[in-house]
Amino acid sequence: MSASVLFDAPGPRAKRRSRIASAIVIVVVLAGLAWIVFTLAQPRESGGITLPGYFDWTRWEKLVTDPEFWGAVGRGVLGTLQAAAIAAAGALVIGVLFALLRTSPLAVVRVPTTIVLEFFRGMPVLLMMLFILLVGSTGAFWAVVIALAIYNGALIGEALRAGIVSLPRGQREAGLSLGLTRLQTKLQIEFPQAFRQMLPIIVAQLVVLLKDTSLGYIVGYNELIRTTMNNLSSFYGNRYLFTLFLITLVIYLAINLTLSWVARRLARRRSPKAAPVLLDGGEQGGRAMPGPLAAANGNPENAATE
Amino acid sequence: MNVVIDNLPAYLEGFGQTLSLLLIAGLGALVVGTIVAAMRISPVPALSSVAAVYTELLRNTPLTLVLFFCAIILPYLGSELPYFWCAIIGLTAYTSPFVAEALRSGINGVPVGQAEAARSLGLGFGQTVSIVIFPQAFRMVIPPLINVLIALTKNTSVAGAFFVAELFGVGRTLANANGNAVIAVLLAVATFYLVITIPLGILAGRLEKRFAVQR
Repeated sequence: MSASVLFDAPGPRAKRRSRIASAIVIVVVLAGLAWIVFTLAQPRESGGITLPGYFDWTRWEKLVTDPEFWGAVGRGVLGTLQAAAIAAAGALVIGVLFALLRTSPLAVVRVPTTIVLEFFRGMPVLLMMLFILLVGSTGAFWAVVIALAIYNGALIGEALRAGIVSLPRGQREAGLSLGLTRLQTKLQIEFPQAFRQMLPIIVAQLVVLLKDTSLGYIVGYNELIRTTMNNLSSFYGNRYLFTLFLITLVIYLAINLTLSWVARRLARRRSPKAAPVLLDGGEQGGRAMPGPLAAANGNPENAATE
Repeated sequence: MNVVIDNLPAYLEGFGQTLSLLLIAGLGALVVGTIVAAMRISPVPALSSVAAVYTELLRNTPLTLVLFFCAIILPYLGSELPYFWCAIIGLTAYTSPFVAEALRSGINGVPVGQAEAARSLGLGFGQTVSIVIFPQAFRMVIPPLINVLIALTKNTSVAGAFFVAELFGVGRTLANANGNAVIAVLLAVATFYLVITIPLGILAGRLEKRFAVQR
């Protein structure tokens, strides 16, 4: 941790104390982890039968050595990525459309768009999926994709609008005074800048979109979680449930951490000089959004809780 | 429309469950998130890395998987909590990193000059934080925190799929029972969610505007 304005530089005593505290924390955390692993590794009594612990090879062997198992997991990952990719493309298109309508000079267009946007933003994606599934009878895949595209499109649209609002007024005025129409000004001058400025938020939102494809589990689309935790666990039997859970978790973490890392890199590249801040919290994307945008939208990864 | 009116008690019950999920998990997430944020900024490296790992792990796991763990894996491992509390644990754990991030970004929103001025006046760490930084950070933190709560409201719907009879769960059951009135049933559910999220959103916007003027 680099020197913070809030602290004095630690002297020898403070350093020693901090080192001792660190050691204690490390010991406590390691002890906790060891306890969890140990408990899970214990053989279990169930209805008079002793089952092997969760890390016992018999709980892994049948899965890990079966190529068909990995084929099925691969199809699950593919299902997740496919839904996420199509929904992301849709969300970008819908986002641009919403931002255009929302900033229209005509109240007839603007006001209904605002209401529709608020409606979509205020309601859970899961509900939207169920709605599309039951009312549209589209099948689970399209229910997931369409709901994610509309919902995230609404959020991206709002981000783009905030980006347009935060542009200097002169940009628009210059465009208009050059004889461009309003629409041309918006498309050729305001949008490209707003888009670039909001790129970190948009990318973070797309990462969230990927995470949200997991809701397909609930509406019956065979993405990763449904494949492993539902289909494969009933195929191989309940005793592999925990193993399957661990495998799923690792796959998700691998995908999402990679994507978040890319998003963070993008955020940092786009705004090379982040304003100095009080807390030096390490490699956070949030810090790279200084100024009014950060206040308007929270940090990009926060804005993307939903 | 009749379906909705006939089943109003069921809706209200679901709404009550959603509200209690929101309140309890929201409170829990505030507490846990504050602790995580404090650990994150503490000068002890081990504490801050534990907090960082916690944040990264939970933020990159889908909520569905978190709730799946709480509702299905935990009982399998021998816990005997009712599903409602499983959902509370899952939602609290999932929301707390977002709270921590909101707090952190709020503190980071206070210009460094404020802290420098306080320090150069001779105030210590405690005084700087409590008299100068915190009162300003507090204001900047409220709108993002409300946004986290709005997201939590929407996220409670996922608990409905894991055996908690909240709004989404009620809606799903009713939609299955009344195949001819699905649209009305689900729109009513959406309305109940909007009753929570839209006022919160308006509140966040208002507060943001009010606080923005003051700097």
